[in-house]
Amino acid sequence: MLVLLFILFGAMAIGCALAVVAQRNPLYSAISLIGVFVSLACLYVMLAAPFIAAVQVIVYAGAIMVLVVFVIMLLNVEEEEHRRPRLRFLVPTAVVLAGVMIAEVAFILVTVQQSPAIPGSSTSDVGLTQSIGSALFTRYLLPFEITSILLLMAIVGAMTLARRGGLIQPRDQAKRD
Amino acid sequence: MDTQTVIDILLKFVAITVAFVVVLFVVAYTVLAERRVLGFIQGRLGPNRVGPGGLLQPFADLLKFILKEDIVPDKSTRFVYFLAPVIATMAALMTMIVYPFGPEIRIPFTDIVIPLVVAHFDIGLLYVLGVTSVGVYGIMLAGWSSNNKYSLMGGLRASSQMISYELALGLSLIGVILLAGTLDLAQIVELQSGWHGFRWFIFFHPLGFVIYLIAAIAETNRVPFDLPEAETELVAGFHTEYSAMKFALFFLAEYINMFTVSMLATTLFLGGWNVPFAEDIFGRGTFLFGLVSAIGFLLKVIFFLFLYIWLRGTLPRFRFDQLMNFGWKILLPFALLSIFITATLIFLFPNLF
Repeated sequence: MLVLLFILFGAMAIGCALAVVAQRNPLYSAISLIGVFVSLACLYVMLAAPFIAAVQVIVYAGAIMVLVVFVIMLLNVEEEEHRRPRLRFLVPTAVVLAGVMIAEVAFILVTVQQSPAIPGSSTSDVGLTQSIGSALFTRYLLPFEITSILLLMAIVGAMTLARRGGLIQPRDQAKRD
Repeated sequence: MDTQTVIDILLKFVAITVAFVVVLFVVAYTVLAERRVLGFIQGRLGPNRVGPGGLLQPFADLLKFILKEDIVPDKSTRFVYFLAPVIATMAALMTMIVYPFGPEIRIPFTDIVIPLVVAHFDIGLLYVLGVTSVGVYGIMLAGWSSNNKYSLMGGLRASSQMISYELALGLSLIGVILLAGTLDLAQIVELQSGWHGFRWFIFFHPLGFVIYLIAAIAETNRVPFDLPEAETELVAGFHTEYSAMKFALFFLAEYINMFTVSMLATTLFLGGWNVPFAEDIFGRGTFLFGLVSAIGFLLKVIFFLFLYIWLRGTLPRFRFDQLMNFGWKILLPFALLSIFITATLIFLFPNLF
């Protein structure tokens, strides 16, 4: 049963990932990417990590991709035409990198004989929300806080860039009120 | 796979089917109630011809939706155009399974104990938030694929509005999570069963409740936040080009979303299925207790649905800049304030909670 589900979601993830690259319409690529995230979330659930799955859907599918689709809709990006790619050296680079990746996977498959025991979903509390929360706020508090400050800096930076003309002009403010 | 697993899976299928049928039934009659109540508010009758008092009107509407001609705009993006209503309805229906609508009950004359919830898992609240956040794609893609400027405007408005108010909605729920210490909806309801079934979280976190209610109305695109389909400006917004059954799916999704946010409000703030003093009268775990609790849950949800209809009959629509100002400059700071107040109170009086 679990194997069947794994094959289903795995195939979905791979199919969507291929579609992201193969589609010429940017909106179709974006939709396929959402499909990848959702199928990955399903795989996380099967690995007894429901919290990660929920965060994956909320953050990636629910927030970031909404923004991407929003921008594509707003700019009305046209379908990319068939033309020779400008950066030709990328093609051999990609082939080499893909070869390295396949070699790595093959190496792991050959050398690693025994996979670690799968923790039972009912006994283990590794992926549960409570254990993640207590770990984040006790043992890993410093990295957590540093990440928060980093994100805050990114937000402030984005706002500064968006307001390149300085503060809101008094004229606009008056018009708005 | 042994017999027990097969039976469990079959039972889940039955439970899901029953839940969906109930949802569709409630939605159909919410639509009718909306038309009748709006009629009453506006001093007219509303639909009252089909069946006694208009009670069969939803079936007549359904028949009409099925029989109408299905028009697909010539230059629409076909695949996405068909996908959009499916996403909207699916995302709306998928949240239905996590709400506990009653306590665990024992079936009379047997020893079988069943919890009155379709699926019970650790992260129920996050699941609801995640699935709802995917629902926005239905509206966005509908607006984009119709190849119509009004649709596109409606889709853009809907997505920006839903992203903005999702923040306030999420923040208003954090107070409840702090009080409960869990994301499991069944446990959250269980924690509210003290004080003879009246220990509701609304008394500890009232500001959060108000913010949740406002943000939830905006999330479901209802009056006074119905800018995505403002008929005076955008014809019908994102579903201008949709007809027949595909329009019905959007219609369905909107009302299911109303039902969902009402159920979430009931579960988190109004004690879920807890009916005051029901436990003292019937005793825990009995069949009657389960029945009374389920009816109590449904009545609370119906109260919220009525509130929605009432608001629609009473309030005018926001302007778009007012909507954004309200969401970002008023609702969001107050949501943060409510978290601060609740967290401080929990820290100062840990015994009270």
